Amino acid sequence: MQVGKSRVLALLAIMSIVASVSACGSSSATASGATSNETYPRAETLYTTGKQWGAPSTWNPLDPNAAMGVVGLQYETLFMYDPLKDVYTPWLAESGTWDSAKTTYTIKTRSGVKWSDGQDFSADDVAFTIGLAKIKAVGSNLWTYVTDASATDASTVVVKFSNPAYQEWAQWLYNSPILPKHIWNDKANEDILKDVNQNGVGTGPYTYKTASADRMVWQKNDSWWAKTALNLDVKPKYIVDIVNGANSVALGQLLAGGLDLSNNYFPGIANIVTGGYGITTYFAGPPYMLSGNTAVLVPNTLKKPLDDPAFRKALATAINTDDIVNKDYGNIVAKSDATGLLPTFSKYVDTAQRDSLGFSFDTAKAKQMLADAGYVVGSDGFVTNKDGSALKLTLEVPDGWSDWMAAESMIAASAKLAGINIDPQHPDYNTVVADRNGTADKAPTFDLIINNDVQIGNTPWTWYDYVFRQPLQVGAAKNRNFESYKNDAAWALVQQLDKTPVEDTATMKTLCSQLQKIQLTDMPVIPLWYNGIWSQSSNAVWTSWPSEKGAQVLPATWNGYWQMGATLMLTQITAVPPAK
Amino acid sequence: MRRYFGRKLITYLITFFIAATIDWMIPRFMPGDPVQGLVSRTGGISPEGSAALVQYYNNLFGLDRPLYEQFLNFWISLLHGDLGRSVFEHGQPVTQAIMAAVPYTLALLIPAILLSWWAGNSFGALAARRKWLDNAVLPVGYILTATPYMWLALVLSFVLAFSLRIFPQSGGYGYNLEPSLTWTFFTDLFGHWMLPFLSLFMVMFGGWAIGMRNMIIYELESDYSRYLEALGAPQGLVRKYAFRNAMLPQITGLALQLGVIVSGNLVTEIVFSYPGIGNLLFNAIKSEDYFLLQGIFLFIIAGVLIANFLVDVVYVIVDPRTRVGMRGGTA
Repeated sequence: MQVGKSRVLALLAIMSIVASVSACGSSSATASGATSNETYPRAETLYTTGKQWGAPSTWNPLDPNAAMGVVGLQYETLFMYDPLKDVYTPWLAESGTWDSAKTTYTIKTRSGVKWSDGQDFSADDVAFTIGLAKIKAVGSNLWTYVTDASATDASTVVVKFSNPAYQEWAQWLYNSPILPKHIWNDKANEDILKDVNQNGVGTGPYTYKTASADRMVWQKNDSWWAKTALNLDVKPKYIVDIVNGANSVALGQLLAGGLDLSNNYFPGIANIVTGGYGITTYFAGPPYMLSGNTAVLVPNTLKKPLDDPAFRKALATAINTDDIVNKDYGNIVAKSDATGLLPTFSKYVDTAQRDSLGFSFDTAKAKQMLADAGYVVGSDGFVTNKDGSALKLTLEVPDGWSDWMAAESMIAASAKLAGINIDPQHPDYNTVVADRNGTADKAPTFDLIINNDVQIGNTPWTWYDYVFRQPLQVGAAKNRNFESYKNDAAWALVQQLDKTPVEDTATMKTLCSQLQKIQLTDMPVIPLWYNGIWSQSSNAVWTSWPSEKGAQVLPATWNGYWQMGATLMLTQITAVPPAK
Repeated sequence: MRRYFGRKLITYLITFFIAATIDWMIPRFMPGDPVQGLVSRTGGISPEGSAALVQYYNNLFGLDRPLYEQFLNFWISLLHGDLGRSVFEHGQPVTQAIMAAVPYTLALLIPAILLSWWAGNSFGALAARRKWLDNAVLPVGYILTATPYMWLALVLSFVLAFSLRIFPQSGGYGYNLEPSLTWTFFTDLFGHWMLPFLSLFMVMFGGWAIGMRNMIIYELESDYSRYLEALGAPQGLVRKYAFRNAMLPQITGLALQLGVIVSGNLVTEIVFSYPGIGNLLFNAIKSEDYFLLQGIFLFIIAGVLIANFLVDVVYVIVDPRTRVGMRGGTA
């Protein structure tokens, strides 16, 4: 009896749904409420998110895209550098000193440090790691100025230089992880980057626990050297880093106390911070976040009229950046200094010179500057090229980058008031990169793009190298001087800055001042705003987060940030006692 | 019978070849260069290092060889089950990424499709004969089937996960657990599975129930039913024939629906951050990981073709006319 059976079937179906819902309701309630069966007890676990955009897939510390925490939590560097205080702290090194001629650098390695497999860390490991930088794909240019690195005894490494790039060397010291020679020595050069190195051997406060498509889990290394040597102890026993999903998911988890630290960009986070949800940021008020990099408007100086400094300065004057900061970002970013240098480099800004040569938003003035430079307004109300042809500049940002897409519309709108016709476009990311880089036989085709490739760090040299780099790179590898601006005097100053010892801040300031003069006069790039070190923390389980008034360290889990002080964050947070 | 399946099989193979070839072409003829994009996302490397990295990746992905060679290599490795390497996941084999995601998607899709199809059809058939049920099921079914997967998923997530906290909000299993053969782990896995499953199940259920109800009513009104009734056949017998005939379009519908279900699964997995193929596909699109995309599409193409083939087989079993047709007769 088909029909009779179907009635039974339908009833069964309903019952099965109801049963499974209720069974599951009860089971998951126990799962979420239970504490005894958890692999990682909540009170001892730090949940983070924001670094991983995809499954953790490589734990190779030499790969710049290694999983969250590989460099910093597992592998460590010789020094730690704190950009907020501009201080280098010896880490795996006990000290590092230049000889009087400043061509030989002697590293004393720290005693009592052990690799997580029990072997002793020694000067051999350091010399070996410096040697690895000879492999080109590792991405270092160390051996263009280092001539020799050898361990003279178990705790001494002598590095010899010819024409040392002091600034880059200082960066190498705090940025590059030291690898265990006894493990990496056996790998062939061509495999060194291909090795995913899951569950590797490091010296850091954490060891690899597990990883899957949506998470990365670290477990505390109880025999971490810094416990005795520096009296530092990382608090969380486990760190579970969750791969970024939808924004709504991360925000929901943060509000529900399931996430402790989120390094995601959340539009409108200011309302949540002030809304009494127990979510805090580094600053209690605007800009809420520390500044991590400068977003600049890059003009293609190979094209007319963007090759004209007068036009570029008028364009800079025509952009209402305050509007972007207020309306697009809701004040969670700050407007950039006219020099483009991050707040952490403010001591290198020649303020008097900046005030006289710098730019600020002024539509009327921008119009006047255009007229003075010989740009005539055409019948449509927009300025024309000097040959009388219509002038329309495209501005490209990658599709889906919603904050930048809003910013480009605002840039176009405020430029329009000054008579500059900008057409905001948002092709996919790879197209923007292709237009920006050009190829070996085709010049870059963009007019204007927004870029923020220089991250916070130890030296303003990075910024000037980014702006003035020569010779111009061509094709896929291009990662500096996107505007193709050529100024030999500036490039000479940049190289001189690179070859200035980091202790010699007086010379650094002088050189920076000269570079700022060129930059502010010629305006090769137009600094807009500082993107934040997006960081919001829940105070439900862990508290004492980095803040302006508390522990002043960088609150980020991104690659490169652990060795800039974020590791200290883990030693300073405290567990919230469970509510009775 | 053999001729019928032989013909079907050849059609499927040709379809697969064309689809796979298009799939191979897309990443290579898109504007922009995936390696350039990848290296450009890698901050803080020296210009020398940047150039070396471009070379390294071009070699790793086999992009430094002529196109015809790349095409041949693609088929050779495909036949060996190798789908190439993911750009975004820095050279991780695509097969590995897909295999990690497949269990989640299958565990979600197979029960959701089969249960909703079975429950929806049974329910629809029942509703066609009960006025009160019909009045209740019809509007609910219409609302459910018209609901976008994503919207229902968001509502479920908000109500059951965020407000009532009955089910966890996201992930494949608790972030506080490691996979193990324990009761805790399996109940947790089940809890995480429930919301994505429910949102898929409910939308599909509505569609099947409505379809079946309408079909049954149509069949009961048709000449053969009336004839049977006129002959004095028992109600049960009439309905049995009506049900069998109403089933056929529903089976065809299942085959046609597969593609839609896969895309519905995509948004559902995104809403719940469920680590299946849909989520992987979304990440691959976001990061323009053409090789991963290519692999996932191949996988989906193969999956849909296999499912369609199975439906063909089922059709032969349930519809005597197809068998007659295969023998060259007319129904």
